[in-house]
Amino acid sequence: MTTMQRLLQLPVNAVNMVKTVQSQVQGQEEDKSPVLSPDNGQQTWYSALQPDELRHLRSGGTGGGGGGGGDQEERGFQEDGGGGGSGGGSFQSQPLRHDDLKEMLDSNKDSLKLEAMKRIVAMIARGKNASDLFPAVVKNVACKNIEVKKLVYVYLVRYAEEQQDLALLSISTFQRGLKDPNQLIRASALRVLSSIRVTIIVPIMMLAIKEAASDMSPYVRKTAAHAIPKLYSLDPEQKDQLIEVIEKLLADKTTLVAGSVVMAFEEVCPERIDLIHKNYRKLCNLLIDVEEWGQVVIINMLTRYARTQFLNPNINESLLEEGGGGEKTFYGSDEDEDEDDEEKEKEKKVEAAAMAKRKPYVMDPDHRLLLRNTKPLLQSRNAAVVMAVAQLYFHLAPKAEVGVIAKALVRLLRSHSEVQYVVLQNVATMTIKRRGMFEPYLKSFYIRSTDPTQIKILKLEVLTNLANETNISTILREFQTYIKSMDKDFVAATIQAIGRCATNIGEVRDTCLNGLVQLLSNRDELVVAESVVVIKKLLQMQPEKHSDIIKHMAKLTDNIQVPMARASILWLIGEYCEHVPKIAPDVLRKMAKSFTNEEDIVKLQILNLAAKLYLTNSKQTKLLTQYVLNLAKYDQNYDIRDRARFIRQLIVPTEKSGALSKYAKKLFLALKPAPVLESPFKDRDHFQLGSLSHLLNAKAGGYQELPDWPETAPDPSVRNVEVPEWTKCSSREKRKEKKVEKPFYSDSEGESGPTESADSESDSASGSESGSGSEGSGTGSESEESEEASVSEEEDEEEEKKTKKRESKKPVQESESEQSSEEEDRKRERKSKQRKSESESESDEEEDSESDSSQSESEDSESEAEIKKKKKAAESKPPSKPVKKDTKKEKKEMSLLDLDDFEPTPSPQVTPVNNLLSNSLVTDLEGLSLSDAVLSPATIAPSSALKSYELLHRITGEGLSVEYCFSRQPFSPDANMVAVQMHFTNNSTSDTKNLHMEDVKLQSGMRVKDFPEIELLPAGEKATAVMGIDFCDSTQAANFQLCTHTRKFFVSIQPPVGELMRPVFLTENEFKKEQGQLMGMNEIAEKLTLDAKCRNEHAIVQRVTTAANLSRVPCGSDKECSPLVPPPEHPVYRFAGRTVTSGSLVLVTVASREEGAAQLMVNCEKMLIGTMLVKDILLALTQ
Amino acid sequence: MIHSLFLVSNSGDIFLEKHWKSVISRSVCDYFFEAKEKAGDPENVAPVLQTPHHYLISIYRDKLFFVSVTQTEVPPLFVIEFLHRVADTFQDYFGECSESVIKDNTVTVYELLEEMLDNGFPLATESNVLKEMIRPPTILRSVVNTLTGGSNVGGTLPTGQLSNVPWRRVGVKYTNNEAYFDVIEEIDAILDKSGTTVFAEIQGVIEACVKLSGMPDLTLSFMNPRLLDDVSFHPCVRFKRWESERVLSFIPPDGNFRLLSYHVSSQNLVAIPVYVKQNISFLETGSCGRLDITIGPKQTMGKMVESLMVTIPMPKSVLNVNLIATQGTYTFDLSTKVLLWDIGKLNPQKLPNLRGSLSVQPGAPKPEENPSINIDLKIQQLAISGLKVSRLDMYGEKYKPFKGVKYVTKAGKFQVRT
Repeated sequence: MTTMQRLLQLPVNAVNMVKTVQSQVQGQEEDKSPVLSPDNGQQTWYSALQPDELRHLRSGGTGGGGGGGGDQEERGFQEDGGGGGSGGGSFQSQPLRHDDLKEMLDSNKDSLKLEAMKRIVAMIARGKNASDLFPAVVKNVACKNIEVKKLVYVYLVRYAEEQQDLALLSISTFQRGLKDPNQLIRASALRVLSSIRVTIIVPIMMLAIKEAASDMSPYVRKTAAHAIPKLYSLDPEQKDQLIEVIEKLLADKTTLVAGSVVMAFEEVCPERIDLIHKNYRKLCNLLIDVEEWGQVVIINMLTRYARTQFLNPNINESLLEEGGGGEKTFYGSDEDEDEDDEEKEKEKKVEAAAMAKRKPYVMDPDHRLLLRNTKPLLQSRNAAVVMAVAQLYFHLAPKAEVGVIAKALVRLLRSHSEVQYVVLQNVATMTIKRRGMFEPYLKSFYIRSTDPTQIKILKLEVLTNLANETNISTILREFQTYIKSMDKDFVAATIQAIGRCATNIGEVRDTCLNGLVQLLSNRDELVVAESVVVIKKLLQMQPEKHSDIIKHMAKLTDNIQVPMARASILWLIGEYCEHVPKIAPDVLRKMAKSFTNEEDIVKLQILNLAAKLYLTNSKQTKLLTQYVLNLAKYDQNYDIRDRARFIRQLIVPTEKSGALSKYAKKLFLALKPAPVLESPFKDRDHFQLGSLSHLLNAKAGGYQELPDWPETAPDPSVRNVEVPEWTKCSSREKRKEKKVEKPFYSDSEGESGPTESADSESDSASGSESGSGSEGSGTGSESEESEEASVSEEEDEEEEKKTKKRESKKPVQESESEQSSEEEDRKRERKSKQRKSESESESDEEEDSESDSSQSESEDSESEAEIKKKKKAAESKPPSKPVKKDTKKEKKEMSLLDLDDFEPTPSPQVTPVNNLLSNSLVTDLEGLSLSDAVLSPATIAPSSALKSYELLHRITGEGLSVEYCFSRQPFSPDANMVAVQMHFTNNSTSDTKNLHMEDVKLQSGMRVKDFPEIELLPAGEKATAVMGIDFCDSTQAANFQLCTHTRKFFVSIQPPVGELMRPVFLTENEFKKEQGQLMGMNEIAEKLTLDAKCRNEHAIVQRVTTAANLSRVPCGSDKECSPLVPPPEHPVYRFAGRTVTSGSLVLVTVASREEGAAQLMVNCEKMLIGTMLVKDILLALTQ
Repeated sequence: MIHSLFLVSNSGDIFLEKHWKSVISRSVCDYFFEAKEKAGDPENVAPVLQTPHHYLISIYRDKLFFVSVTQTEVPPLFVIEFLHRVADTFQDYFGECSESVIKDNTVTVYELLEEMLDNGFPLATESNVLKEMIRPPTILRSVVNTLTGGSNVGGTLPTGQLSNVPWRRVGVKYTNNEAYFDVIEEIDAILDKSGTTVFAEIQGVIEACVKLSGMPDLTLSFMNPRLLDDVSFHPCVRFKRWESERVLSFIPPDGNFRLLSYHVSSQNLVAIPVYVKQNISFLETGSCGRLDITIGPKQTMGKMVESLMVTIPMPKSVLNVNLIATQGTYTFDLSTKVLLWDIGKLNPQKLPNLRGSLSVQPGAPKPEENPSINIDLKIQQLAISGLKVSRLDMYGEKYKPFKGVKYVTKAGKFQVRT
């Protein structure tokens, strides 16, 4: 039996159900909900009650069920008792055609039932009433046939509301389903149960939802989320309880649930924005994996959320505007009252201070997170998702970033015409606010003759909004072709559009006017009328300049027959009769002649014209006016008679003339404001774009107003999700370990410096750091090893000197220099051209003996001895060493290997046999000596240059500058953390105290170990500290506040992907084996051409290890340890590491080919890391 | 969100209704009919209508109106997009989306609608998932079903909704594993009277037909991905990899789907495959006009232009046409006044020409605007933008699939103004 069949199987027969639920309803529905009672108990209870209960049902009759329902039950009962068909008489009350359906439903054959159900569903689909079949149908909820069952569900959901009592028959089926072990059955049961809109089962639904909300299966939880709004609409009183469920589901971490629960949130409690805080970041991060429909809902909700929680990113811009306005009022009031002056001054200062304070707008990282995570969704195939992101950007993004949405919106214009319609409406609104965004896509809005009219008109609107001085000529040319269209509504709209362009852009006003005037000779009435109307509006703006056009139009009266156009012309002449003093009376004369044949609107305008002329030029027009008025007096239209009477009383002076007549001039010749031609889309953006309300330009039911930006940002920490409490590592042993390590590191540091560059340099710092906690207290720990201490003291002194010498140099360098002797220093000066790396390598040499001695003292003497061997080998083996420099380089190369060995995991190359080591070393060296010429200082420099990142700039930090680098040391308190070394420099003149971090905001799963507080950082001094961050194998930034005794700075640390791993030793065979297991999706291969300076082994290895914290896998290309064996022609370099948090293997292979061609392959279980790593290494190798 | 759905035929007959919440009387559609009456052309019915208590959001597809009813604020595109998805699903299931087909399959349609929405919120819209729950009808199955009383409803529950790849069903098995990709490009262009390009751009899609067993992970890479100016993906495509490497990496749905649609920016010069020499004129006096159209190849990259078709919507005053075509056949629909000239293959040696006279209603004024000429064409084995698929790799499965890529260029909205 399949799962579906199980779902659809009804264990209890229908008759039993009637009874249970009915009795439940009548009795104690509150305290004895069937859901609560165990299955078995329920059944025995049913059987105990059965006969009486049924009789009771039959006699009492069920309210909603009616006679038919009663009959059906009776029948059911008899069947149950073994009786065959009966009650035939009772069917006669039903319409005949339903009889056969009932018979079919009652038959034992599934095929007949199915056929009946199909016919019933077809009836429902056609909208025919099938409610009288309810009893017959609902019984079949017990049917074993899946399809019958499904169709019964369809029927049930449709009619349950009308036949509530009978619907209860089916409830226990679903209750049973809710407890099924199969998640899909549970979900399906809940879905149907919650769709039955019967108030009486509200408590049952509530319980079911609550239970499902904590179900193990995310699919069931999703269904629970869907059920919430259903229950809410059934009984809004349950709101409080439902909110609890929503709160619970919001915390869910699966993408399946996210969309549904946010939808429930929007329907039930959109005002409870506080529920979102804790889930905000999670929602942002899940967004891309949520299904399309959920994305739309979530994005819309987050838009509203962001408007309440973040500051306006365009705040500076709007402040400037406001500032200007404020000043004016200030000066204005200044004149009025001098007393208030001081007060105002103060106010102004406060305002200015506020402005200054707000000026350096820093976007909340959460705000940025939202923008960043929604952007990829612009590429969705779903228009609704694209629109949702577009509106989010429009409402939330800084002005400079809104532009990205234009391309996606333009793409939607290719979609169905309904989609175009909605998108164009939104684009029209956007173009008013941000015209520049769509300007590059002007041509995409060109109109085709095949577009539907409503689309044409919207495109026209957009084109008009986009018009400016530069593109107006193209747009007008385009408009000219539109005017010839056969679609007259569209032509009319085009003329309006031309009118608007003319008013908005001064330069083309005349051109437009001329064009429009030409249109006056168009044969189409509509076109002419529209042009006249538009010309009228245009002329109203500056009539004095265009008396010739008015004259031209006056002449047109002979030809134009369109009443609206004639009327408009007459109005114009009347209004501006002083500009055409000669023509106006003549026009009136002609009009008077044809008065009786004119249309009504024309007659009215003739009257107007006459009145206006009478007032301005009564000498010439007195008689004419009276003639016209007389004609009008006997007109058939009462409006005209009325108007004539009114005008006569007003302008012709008689004894009885009222007080108004002296105001006649003011009445008729008042200056009329020019009509403003503006877009109907103006100010529509106060509605959230993409919403129904925006489209209708009216608030739709349930629309959530888009809130204004807050004045000051609410506390961002509310979004912080609790991070598991940091377990403080205070164990004495670990400390000791560190101390033991320390001399070792500080020694090796010198050697490794050049190759491992930034990392190794910081190593030294972190080495001392981790031992001592902070620089200041460093000596305490160092003193444990006496010689170390003395060295470091010396170094301290030196450090001071150096800082004086090279203040500009980064702090990390100082830590290197700690290791170097004065001699080196001199050399460094001498070889000033050479970059640091080289000078360091020199220092290596000098230090060699010293380091040897110190090493021998250190604990893992074994491995160190080996290192020494290697070193010596390095010095002695290479047969040809032309210059001294070479040796150094070789040594560097070798030390690279060494360093890798010493990284956290038990050293790889130390454990295996020696010959392997030296072998690889040889190949290294060969590569070196060969590439001597290539290895200019410049090539090495970048690698040895500190890869330190700025955390806080000197200026923003008000004198405090902080840089950080990834030390590549194991962070001893917690192996899963990446050690980050921070260098503080106090550039200010005052001391900085209590330097510590606060308010760490992290992605879920990430953890941070704070660096110990630096109590005092005197002016001009530097300090270092180490903190640990568990990035959870993601490159998400860790955000926190860096606090001094006075200020707090928001800072964030984002790791390059290469720092998220630690080296691990693998033999070549192991490597290949592991690689074999990480094929397919886990393998990313990329071809590349190596940078010209990066074609030898040394450079490649160096660059890869610089880019990522990996260790080299010894190549077994040739097993002999003879130095004479040449390196293979196309060597393959392998590197291995593990991600810090999860320990997933990261395998990198660089296979070189001819002429610098190479293939890079990364195998990593974490595809994201793999992809990013490929990118980084590619960059490192090709630059 | 979506309260109810009514399917309305072009003649205004409501032939199917489905309610996801309480029942809304079909009389609500009267507002829609009113708007339809007013608009005349069904294309011009506003997609969103406001009635006193409801909002009607409708789409027009294949001579059918899908009218949905909502009561509260909802993003209109959300509903529109969903309705189109419903229509797509019908198309997918029944081969076409017409009134008769829907009437014939009412029950399946009803079941589909039931699964696609829950309480008005989309639930399962992926074709792969739906097909697991409700099998599409086939002739064979319907015969079998009538004999055995079987059903279209799947016997198992869909697992797709539960997995991380909701668009793909599990346990797919084929004896022939094959993956075909059709790169289809459409040229949208407006040419003016003199033949100069006012506006041209290329819109492309990659339609995939993937029939591979198991859970294959495919990577499709292009020779020249930079060409693609703007893209939109099927949800299965991994966006990050596109961002970083410009390759399409995805676990495909089973069967046919649209992998990618793209846009080649109008900044690039778009090759226009044909030129049109036209002369359409109406005499100022008298009741006739002349028409003379010649089409010739322009930039076809050496490929044959096929299925060439010219459509001219004539002004309403044109009564009839009397033309001679040197190639192909022409028809003139007297009611819609559309002149259709089906040319077929374009022979570069002997250019097709259509000329003759147009008879215009006597007394009617000369039409102001000459009709625009719409051109349809097809070029096989050519992507006009120059886009080329370089390779398709499959990971995750052992077998070796059969792979194929096909290129086609078509005319999209290709219009010549006259």
